[in-house]
Amino acid sequence: MPTLPRTKRKENKSEKTEETVNDAWILRLYVAGQTPNSLTAFENLKKICEDHLGTTYTIEVIDLQKHPQLAKDHQIIAVPTLIRKLPTPVKKIIGNLSNTEKVLVGLDLRKVT
Amino acid sequence: MEKIPSGIKGFDDITGGGLPKGRPSLISGGPGCGKTLFAMEFIVRGIADHNEPGVFVAFEENIDDLKKNFKSMGFDLDDLVRQKKLVLDHIAIERTEIEETGEYDLEGLFIRLGAMIDEVGAKRIAIDTLETIFSGFKNEGILRSELHRLLHWLKNRGVTAVVTGERGDRSITKYGLEEYVADCVITLDHRLMNQIATRRLRIVKYRGSIHGTDEYPFLISSDGISVLPITSMSLTHKASEERISPGIPRLDTMLGGKGFYRGSSILVSGQAGTGKTSIAATFIDAACGRGEKCLFFIFEESESQILRNMKSIGINLEPWVNSGLLKFHAVRPTEYSLEMHLSVMLKLIGEFKPRVVAVDPISNLYPIGDDIQVRSMLMRLIDYAKSLHITGLFTNLSNDGNYGAYMVEPTEMHVSSLMDAWLVLKNVEGNGERNRAFSIIKSRGMAHSNQLREFVLSDNGIQLLDVYKGREGVFFGSARMAQESGEVDERLRKNEEIDRKKREIESKRKLMEIEIEMLREKYVREEQDMKILIGQDITREKTEAKTMKEIATQRQVDR
Repeated sequence: MPTLPRTKRKENKSEKTEETVNDAWILRLYVAGQTPNSLTAFENLKKICEDHLGTTYTIEVIDLQKHPQLAKDHQIIAVPTLIRKLPTPVKKIIGNLSNTEKVLVGLDLRKVT
Repeated sequence: MEKIPSGIKGFDDITGGGLPKGRPSLISGGPGCGKTLFAMEFIVRGIADHNEPGVFVAFEENIDDLKKNFKSMGFDLDDLVRQKKLVLDHIAIERTEIEETGEYDLEGLFIRLGAMIDEVGAKRIAIDTLETIFSGFKNEGILRSELHRLLHWLKNRGVTAVVTGERGDRSITKYGLEEYVADCVITLDHRLMNQIATRRLRIVKYRGSIHGTDEYPFLISSDGISVLPITSMSLTHKASEERISPGIPRLDTMLGGKGFYRGSSILVSGQAGTGKTSIAATFIDAACGRGEKCLFFIFEESESQILRNMKSIGINLEPWVNSGLLKFHAVRPTEYSLEMHLSVMLKLIGEFKPRVVAVDPISNLYPIGDDIQVRSMLMRLIDYAKSLHITGLFTNLSNDGNYGAYMVEPTEMHVSSLMDAWLVLKNVEGNGERNRAFSIIKSRGMAHSNQLREFVLSDNGIQLLDVYKGREGVFFGSARMAQESGEVDERLRKNEEIDRKKREIESKRKLMEIEIEMLREKYVREEQDMKILIGQDITREKTEAKTMKEIATQRQVDR
């Protein structure tokens, strides 16, 4: 089982794809401990980013068990929750991100058909 | 089951101690029924009265609005937050922002609540309205299992929780929260009856505890919720032996010279304008004069109107108002519901702690409730007053009808059995004027006069006068006076008659004596005549004998 990164983790890719919309993508994934859902979500997110965002994106993983105050400060109820901080507007997706299509729609990477 | 006091007035009485300790309770109700206030008061009173820090989680209102709303009720939430006694949190659920994909749970909420509980060492938590969460997530299956887990989790944390829910059409809450809250379920209701809104509270379920199943009216006033533990009262009050004067000396004597028992309930009924309010005012004046606090509920007149009107019969209540002994509560009966009236009355009695309470008139409550409702309301009021040894005086307007002085209509019959004493005022018409008759129909536990009195309102207050009883019936007012003066004439006339008869007899006697005198004189005269005659006879005889002798001598009779 892979482990979650303990701190902020930046993944910079050199390749660019067509679907890269903006250079500055900041994504936050809120989890609560290393539950199966957390791990699945992280894996799914990483894959989606690699496939669709290409080069510059940042994934911050926040473990609420370690930073309980952030649940209140950032209005988090459900975990895992993915928040697109940038580009604006802020987007919120909850769940283990197992449905890639829905994630893409949620992140505005694909138009709803 | 161990309970902790909610701190909400009256609620702890009807539940026998408050909410189940360390367990979640569900408060359900429609919009505007007072759920949020209930939840907040539970937290704030816990901090203020029981030193139990609390957490308040709002799903619907944001923190600034909450603070503002409760500031107007006298709760300074900011101050409590500063003192580290209270944590406020607004959980924003915005459906449109959230996309769901795949499995999730609400661990974030648990962590959030856990952090806040730890922050102040909370013993109490309120979640208002938990059901809002259903609008934020699509997967109801996950939500249900998570809510179930949440309530268990709260129990395991050992905090006493109040969770509010929105009323459903056929269920207690819209999403069936009551299924997860096993211990205590309370519904709040806000409904209209006769165009008057009434708030009611009902304990639907309270596991392991005896509780009333009735609906209890409650009030939301400037200092929070007051539930009225009214039906929980029983007939166990101790009866007082003390007697108090109603302030009408003649009435004292009609009641065996001592007045009414303290703590008794007195009904004064009568037609319009018979002086019911005056009796009530006199009663209150007397009580204030003894230094007793009085509460006067008036449904027809304003305070100043009563003060002015009573001055006209020499009763000045103003000094008592100024000294704080007398308090008026003037309100139109239609202002709010019957329960609300009762609630307000009980609340005021509880706060003011009077020794005498007067209600003028109870008949004005009939437009807002039927016989049974008014009767039960009065019963609660009287029971409450009696339990505190408060003497109650209630006036009742009777219909103007052509009943006899003792005839009473059904409404009075319903109410009168609640009363210990019943005074009746009655208009008596006759000779082109109206007068008032007064009588005591009953007065439990004491000898009392059965006599009708004439009730007179004078410049010096109430006077009870003897009515005129004569061969021709009972008379009131000027007829009484006329009869009384007529009687004097009659007496004078009779005296004259006697005098006349006396004089007549006297003259007859004189006449008789004169006649006797005349007869005597006549007799004397006749006697004298007789004597004369007899003397003449004797003389004549003597003369005759002498003459005969002389004749014989003359004839020379043989010698």
